[in-house]
Amino acid sequence: MKEDTIVQTGVWSAGPGCHGGCGVKLHIKDGKVVKVEGDEDHPWSQGRECPRLLALTQYMYHPDRVLHPLKRIGRRGEGKWERISWDEAYDTIEQKFKDIRDKFGAESVIFCQGTGRDIGGPISLLAYAYGSPNWTSLGLSAVSCYTPRLLAMYATFGNYAVLDASQFLEKRYNDPQWKVPKCIIVWAQNPPPTCPDGFFGHWVVDCMKRGSELIVVDPRTTWMASRAKMHLQIRPGTDGALALGMLNVIINEGLYDKEFVDKWTYGFDELKKRVQEYQPEKVAEITWIPKEKIAEAARYYASSKPAAIQWGIPIDANPQGDVVATAITHLWCITGNLDVPGGNVIARSSHGVVPYPFTHDEVKELYGDELFMKLSDRRIGAQRYPAVKNFRAWTQPDVVLEQIESGHPYPVKAAWIQTSNPIACMALDSKRHYNALKKLDFIVVVDLFQTPTSMALADIFLPAATFPEKESLRTWWSPLEVTTKAVEVGECKSDWEINLELARRLSAKPIPHKTVKELLDSRLKVAGKSFDEVVAKGGWEMEKEGPSVPYKRWEKGQLRRDGKPGFNTPTGKVELWSKFYEQCGLDPLPYYEEPATSPVSTPELAKEYPLILDTGRRSPVFFHSEHRQIPWLRELDPDPTVEISPKTAVEVGVADGEWVYVENQKGKVKARARIRPTVPPWMVMIAHGWWLPETEGREPHLFGIWEYNVNNLLEMGHQSSSGFGGGNYKSNLCRISKIED
Amino acid sequence: MKGVEMAKNALLIEYEYCTGCHTCEVACKQEHNFPVGKCGIKLNEIITEGSNKVRIDYLPFPTEFCDLCAARTKIGEKPACVKHCQASIMWHGSIPELAKLMEKKPRSVIFAPRAAFDISPTV
Repeated sequence: MKEDTIVQTGVWSAGPGCHGGCGVKLHIKDGKVVKVEGDEDHPWSQGRECPRLLALTQYMYHPDRVLHPLKRIGRRGEGKWERISWDEAYDTIEQKFKDIRDKFGAESVIFCQGTGRDIGGPISLLAYAYGSPNWTSLGLSAVSCYTPRLLAMYATFGNYAVLDASQFLEKRYNDPQWKVPKCIIVWAQNPPPTCPDGFFGHWVVDCMKRGSELIVVDPRTTWMASRAKMHLQIRPGTDGALALGMLNVIINEGLYDKEFVDKWTYGFDELKKRVQEYQPEKVAEITWIPKEKIAEAARYYASSKPAAIQWGIPIDANPQGDVVATAITHLWCITGNLDVPGGNVIARSSHGVVPYPFTHDEVKELYGDELFMKLSDRRIGAQRYPAVKNFRAWTQPDVVLEQIESGHPYPVKAAWIQTSNPIACMALDSKRHYNALKKLDFIVVVDLFQTPTSMALADIFLPAATFPEKESLRTWWSPLEVTTKAVEVGECKSDWEINLELARRLSAKPIPHKTVKELLDSRLKVAGKSFDEVVAKGGWEMEKEGPSVPYKRWEKGQLRRDGKPGFNTPTGKVELWSKFYEQCGLDPLPYYEEPATSPVSTPELAKEYPLILDTGRRSPVFFHSEHRQIPWLRELDPDPTVEISPKTAVEVGVADGEWVYVENQKGKVKARARIRPTVPPWMVMIAHGWWLPETEGREPHLFGIWEYNVNNLLEMGHQSSSGFGGGNYKSNLCRISKIED
Repeated sequence: MKGVEMAKNALLIEYEYCTGCHTCEVACKQEHNFPVGKCGIKLNEIITEGSNKVRIDYLPFPTEFCDLCAARTKIGEKPACVKHCQASIMWHGSIPELAKLMEKKPRSVIFAPRAAFDISPTV
């Protein structure tokens, strides 16, 4: 191991937790990381770093970090563990998994991931090697994180797109090809606190400084909303109505790009007819946004050239979240902002290299058509939802929970849980998930710290590495970038290393790669490079030409397999009327659906619980349920909070900083009141993912999840007709009361 | 040069674009290995209510413990907060230089913490 040196490397959690691809210089002394500095030459982050990355040394060398494999020796939840060797851990898992496969079939093991780390690569490798189609984000209702938006984009134009902040160009903002978006709609997102969906949040700030005007769609006044030209303070769960209302104005007033629409879209007349149902008056009633503002926002967006939309996870969590995303996708398509400089630019894995598959086509390419097709039929949720069978290779998590409980159509016997802490974080109805998972015969958790999930459920705990302890590869979306191993900590291993070893032991077909580097080299082959070559170049490379480089690729024939101009859809056009949705037996046009629980749909319930309960606001110092034990970070965001407006606070008799109960028909949790005029009086916003690592971990306390985790109050089962989207994280009802001493 | 005083260094912060991300605080803590409770820069949140608009401003304030990263600037590095600031709204330089820069930056402030004047900390 090198000593007293600086290692230049690319970031992908564990460490900061997120999906950012920052470039850093790790200062190493005596085999330990002693300091993290930004790499000014790196095009992604340009020397900047976030608090979570700057606190990395406290994360890597935290006294509570688990440094060697453990096996449970007491009852589940008793907190009794024994240190074991990696050989014993691998042997035990191999034996158990083979027994289950023999008796029940490979599909009886579910492979569960959260978000964070480079997990999609290693976990799909292991699941497919073992032969299970059940790669899942267990507990994430309706996979309501990016997948519904990806489905919408795929169905509409056959690719994905992101706000163009020049991230595909090496010279970034100085590249003459790039244009500043004149208008950016920041829709249901607060970009600065985290780097959502692999997008550096402060790129939007970079654009603001260069002249971009903002329209912010958010029920709260975020920092960006307070700097915006227009703030549309929307009622949670009604984004679909707003998008359709804006389409109505843009189409009826002829503000769309007629040339693009005529030449490159399919189904415009049908869309035009559909949006007549969403006049601004009606949309104003639904969304609680004044009708003049809706029309003004639509006109400003459509008349600004170029304009871009930066959207967030609440879109996915709307009722029929994928359909809402479709309507928003149509906005940028009909205004001619698709794949143009400063618009919503098509995003593809850099150099065509796939470490983390984002499409079913990529999954097929990695693991073979035949295996993919064979497994897809057995995937949980595939029979009920054609989109689950035919898109992205994820299970439907709401159905997974039902199936664990019912054992039908086949039993779930074991869970491999990696990069995930579902019962403290994304799983709705935490107790229901806890009870269901307790029934399983065998559970492996791969993590860095003991969590409520590992404490309650793990039979074997495998200690995972942070990014400076591993080799990895990132192409989401640009540049192509490698993570170099700089140090070792305890006996921790990377997810790639763990899963490659087990895949080798469990695979029916021999896996040729003996080391992670060999595996990464095989993935890099399509780019004609090796891992070491990329390291030697400084750890990253921006693609100069080819189908992953913008702009206007539909004209150049770079989007379709047959090389013809057009889009990667059945009609070769942007499908405003979707053939894919039609084939899935779904409405091919966008529409609006009212939240299942709201002042409008459940007025009786709203009498008892008069406030809209919104969750999931981002903290700049935490990634979801992570980092609560990191002193420099916890100091800055010490308690689970609920944001309440001053008016509401007076009505319920609560002062800033006091502890309150947030209560609904499912129960109550505690939070500290944060009274701010940035929240409207008709709603509260409660922080998610809270557990207290400094408190008792053993049952029944489990680090306080039953007291502080807001997802105890929410329920599964609100998925879209497609199966993807609709997880109800955002539109529920509650009341607040002060906790008397 | 005798009789000519060296220009004092300070920090320019363009708070128009400060997003309140806390990067400066943790960068400072890492650089100085400060424990919980101690930091060379502290973020403030200022919420202003107009007739029908709420405004959020964030403003990092260099505390008594700010030494303007003397150890870093001596070897030509930027102070830790300036370098890592995610919104790129902090500059380190001489007061006259920064004052000139400030003319083009509405909603900005120059802080000359005690270290600029070689005064000992009081806490």
